[in-house]
Amino acid sequence: MPTVSADNLCKTFHVADKQPGMLGTLRHFAKRSYRKIEAVKDVSFSIEPGEVVGFLGPNGAGKTTTLKMLTGLIHPTSGSVEVLGQVPFKRRPDLLRQMTLVMGQKQQMIWDLPPIESLRVNAAVYGIPEDEAKRRIDELAEMLTVSDEMTRPVRKLSLGERMKCELMAALIHHPKVLFLDEPTLGLDVNAQTAVRSFLREYNRKHGASILLTSHYMADITALCDRVVMIHKGGLIYDGSLAGVVDRFAPFREVKLELCNDADEATMARYAEVESIDGRVVRLLVNRDGLTATVNRLLSEQEVTDLTVTDPPIEEVIGRVFDDGDSSGAGES
Amino acid sequence: MSQAVATSHVGWLGKLRVLFAVHYAEMIEYRAEIALWAIATMQPLIMMGVWAQAGESGLFSFTQIHIFRYFIAVFLIRQITIVWIIHHFEFLMVTGRLSPHLLHPIDPCIRYILMHLGEQWTRLPFALLIVGFFIFLYPDTLTGGAEGAAWWPGWLNLSLAVVTCYAAFILRFFMQYALCMAAFWHERVGAMDAVLFLPYAFCSGLLFPFEALPDALRDVLLWTPFPYMVWFPATLMVGGEVPMMRAALTMAGWTVFFFVLYRYFWHRGLKHYSAMGA
Repeated sequence: MPTVSADNLCKTFHVADKQPGMLGTLRHFAKRSYRKIEAVKDVSFSIEPGEVVGFLGPNGAGKTTTLKMLTGLIHPTSGSVEVLGQVPFKRRPDLLRQMTLVMGQKQQMIWDLPPIESLRVNAAVYGIPEDEAKRRIDELAEMLTVSDEMTRPVRKLSLGERMKCELMAALIHHPKVLFLDEPTLGLDVNAQTAVRSFLREYNRKHGASILLTSHYMADITALCDRVVMIHKGGLIYDGSLAGVVDRFAPFREVKLELCNDADEATMARYAEVESIDGRVVRLLVNRDGLTATVNRLLSEQEVTDLTVTDPPIEEVIGRVFDDGDSSGAGES
Repeated sequence: MSQAVATSHVGWLGKLRVLFAVHYAEMIEYRAEIALWAIATMQPLIMMGVWAQAGESGLFSFTQIHIFRYFIAVFLIRQITIVWIIHHFEFLMVTGRLSPHLLHPIDPCIRYILMHLGEQWTRLPFALLIVGFFIFLYPDTLTGGAEGAAWWPGWLNLSLAVVTCYAAFILRFFMQYALCMAAFWHERVGAMDAVLFLPYAFCSGLLFPFEALPDALRDVLLWTPFPYMVWFPATLMVGGEVPMMRAALTMAGWTVFFFVLYRYFWHRGLKHYSAMGA
């Protein structure tokens, strides 16, 4: 039985539309016009126990709205959602005790008190006895290397330290299902690495299911074997991370080192030129014609070195979202 | 595998104790601001000056000492019944900070009540200092002067005053919290508190003692919730007489009404909630 299952989830918002300028302001005051925004359209997927799934999409794609529906914060316009066999927006305490949502841009820590106080509050509301709460706080703080920051006011902590404390607050009750909305947003490289390691360890230790959104592909590649991609509110891919390249990148990257400086017009005759740096050329070659193109290059150009690789996953995903290409939709 | 589900080993009293302790600590951080708020709510002491002159004129049935005691009681009750949840709720709503509270397995309302209690405990020492200073200036208020009796309402009245004071807080809290629910539809709801303050100020006994009102008007006002937020506990505190049964039932009725109103719109509001900004 899946831990999380979303079936044809849709969410439509009615948003006030205001035109700029004084006239627009007066019109907005006298008679507001609204337009419908379909933030999420027929999204269906499920997550199995212990699975870590990356949830990818550009800004405004509907990721956060989907997460809000999965956690029960907002009601779907249509469709159904279940988490651990329950409907989340009924907000039953036994479900709330088993899931959590971390929002990288929002904090639940009490700003003027040390993190330990907010953690005590969370421990209390989840019914964790004080000695057990202390043990968990010590353990989490050690894993996230913030033991020394527990008694400093939250407002005095760095962004990375605050984010780690947010994670502690969200995980102190050992939830089975984690919804993480950009948990590494704004963190430096070291802090990002620490958070990733922590999440990997938490998943291993507690067998938790994790749905993770992030704009940092390193988060996804480090933690997720499977990704779900959403674009303009609709699901365009659900499958393995490696499968993204096969699905959306019907080309491979051919890196050439020539004897002499390369000429772009000449190279463009073989394939799309990705970059030229002196004698080093990168071409994007269609998979179907890869052998023929490489043969032509070797026979017609003075090549000293040649390598064929898949393009970087970041680039593939970036292209999908930049192009608005949803040609892979329906194959998920 | 998972140690996941944190079973409820902590009873309600334990939860409330921790929540109160933490929110009290939070309010202590704002002690300077809260002291200023205590000073800013001294209007009953100002009204005392106005009505003390009236008490001396002989036009009303109360004396100057009675007026002093009544408005000191009003000032103390005001410190315990100040409710600011509408402004806090508006802040939570427009910043998206309500969302983490909704994901906790405890009604956020309980947390907000404890925040208010923490604020009251921080505010009370400052309020008592102000009262102490006033009594230092006018010791007759306590002693009754050469001809009057000392201020002692009796154990029963004092106990009832304390109970009704907190009941007044709960009534006022749910009245404002019911209004907060409008934030699910119109995020900015703070102005509603300003509108609500008018009937509260004029009908609660905050600005004048009810003895100054005609009987018919006083009888009408006693059907509204406002006298039970100030006049009722204040009258008990000064040892006056109140229609106890009617007052208790009316107060309880209004409290239940606002509670039911809040629960109704809470459930409807959650369906409308867009978790803005979160």
